[in-house]
Amino acid sequence: MSVVHVSLRNVTRVYGGAGGGSPLHALGPLDLDLTKGEFFAVVGPSGCGKSTLLEVIAGLATTSQGTVEFEGRAVAGTIPDGVGVVFQEDACFPWLTVAGNIAFGLRQSGLAASETAALVRHAIDLMGLAEFADAYPAQLSGGMRQRVCIARTLVMRPRLILLDEPFGALDQQTRLLMGEELLRLWRETGATVLLITHALDEAVMLADRIGVMSARPGRLLDIVETAWPRERDSRIIADPTFGRITARLWQSLREESLKTMGKRPHVA
Amino acid sequence: MKWGMSRGIKRATVYRSVAIALVVLALELLCRAGLITHLTMPPPSEIVRDLWKILVSGSMTGAILKTLTDVVIAFAAAVFAGVGAGAVIHRWRALRDGLDPLFATYYAIPIYAFYPLFIILFGLGDTPQILIGFMLAVVAVIVNTLNGLDRVPRALIKTARIYRLGPIKTAARITLPFAAPYLFTGVKLAVAYSFIGVIGAEFIMSRSGLGYEINFAYNNFDNAIMYPLILLVMLAATTVNMTLYHWEKKLLARRGRG
Repeated sequence: MSVVHVSLRNVTRVYGGAGGGSPLHALGPLDLDLTKGEFFAVVGPSGCGKSTLLEVIAGLATTSQGTVEFEGRAVAGTIPDGVGVVFQEDACFPWLTVAGNIAFGLRQSGLAASETAALVRHAIDLMGLAEFADAYPAQLSGGMRQRVCIARTLVMRPRLILLDEPFGALDQQTRLLMGEELLRLWRETGATVLLITHALDEAVMLADRIGVMSARPGRLLDIVETAWPRERDSRIIADPTFGRITARLWQSLREESLKTMGKRPHVA
Repeated sequence: MKWGMSRGIKRATVYRSVAIALVVLALELLCRAGLITHLTMPPPSEIVRDLWKILVSGSMTGAILKTLTDVVIAFAAAVFAGVGAGAVIHRWRALRDGLDPLFATYYAIPIYAFYPLFIILFGLGDTPQILIGFMLAVVAVIVNTLNGLDRVPRALIKTARIYRLGPIKTAARITLPFAAPYLFTGVKLAVAYSFIGVIGAEFIMSRSGLGYEINFAYNNFDNAIMYPLILLVMLAATTVNMTLYHWEKKLLARRGRG
């Protein structure tokens, strides 16, 4: 039984153009349905509007045309309740400790101090940050800081988690392990996850379905199903299916990436 | 490692103390030897003794309190108005574009030129002096607030929106805390400018305060009052600045830039 959690219809985003400059058609038209509880990844060449797609779903940007619905309600440039976002850039608050960072959203929501403390402690343990609860972000590595941001998002119990290349700044080994943690958290929270990434292997390892986007203006070219079991970890990269799916994604993406680089696709 | 560092800091402190002690000692010897006449400057030891006498007698307590109160008012007003104005101007692009050149040239204006006007407008009370201190300090606070707010990463602004914070809460909880180290630069300047503004104005024309008393003593060749009061002003400004410097170091250490 699948429930549509997020629904995009004919979504288009055009930047500028009003002030005389030529408008930039960044995204769409694009249709997409995310099923409740699924892990959906979006891959595409750089500058294809992946981040714009995420911002439109999060309500951080408005659509130029078309509609976005989250839990049946229109998202029109207002941030809906129940959505959490993790950005690629370091978004830790440098003036707060790890615990303070994670508690930030809960404090804003006016939760009782004792409940906040309990939730924060749980999130800290879950993300393996116990040793660093009283440390400041400046004392942590990039991977640790991104963990803080993920914990800060998860502690709010979002029903939809949007991740914009969250591991982009991390080394390959850390990425794999963070990916495993993300899978575990996804299973435990039951949230719907949308992951934007430029790493094909990351998308294949983590997602139930992978949307392939075209070069700008970003459209969905293909949706690939991985059919992984819900219980999975980074070891599936050794599965022969993993290679086949990655190859199929690359096949769809190669032409688009060449376009982005300003080259004409090589005709075989 | 830690031990070695603290030893390094101690060594710098020792060098600094020795340098200051040598200058004071040289002055003392020059005064005692008569190379600096008593009418020009009494020996440092005498200045310290006279300052102690003045403080104990309480004859200057009124002037000290008056000046410090005016400095605190000018400083507090400059910090609140400066941070507030900075936050508003930062959000308002057109205003920013209009004001930026004025801020850049502001310190080319001799603020004291307005002092006679302020006296005409507000009389010879404390207001004109506070106003001069405020005017000197406020733009430094605005400029440093803007500088700090310019550096807030976009990801933090987006995070504030995800938490659905309004503009005032975004400023209070996210952008201003992020900008704190830059604000601190403005605050330090505001302390210095408030002191300079208030005491300078008292010097020029007023009926009370440390600046007035120093000027009065000067006109009466009263070195036993003038020099101790100059020393007192120096000590007050240095103490406040050292305290701020200490806080700033703590703040920056946390942010990984200490």
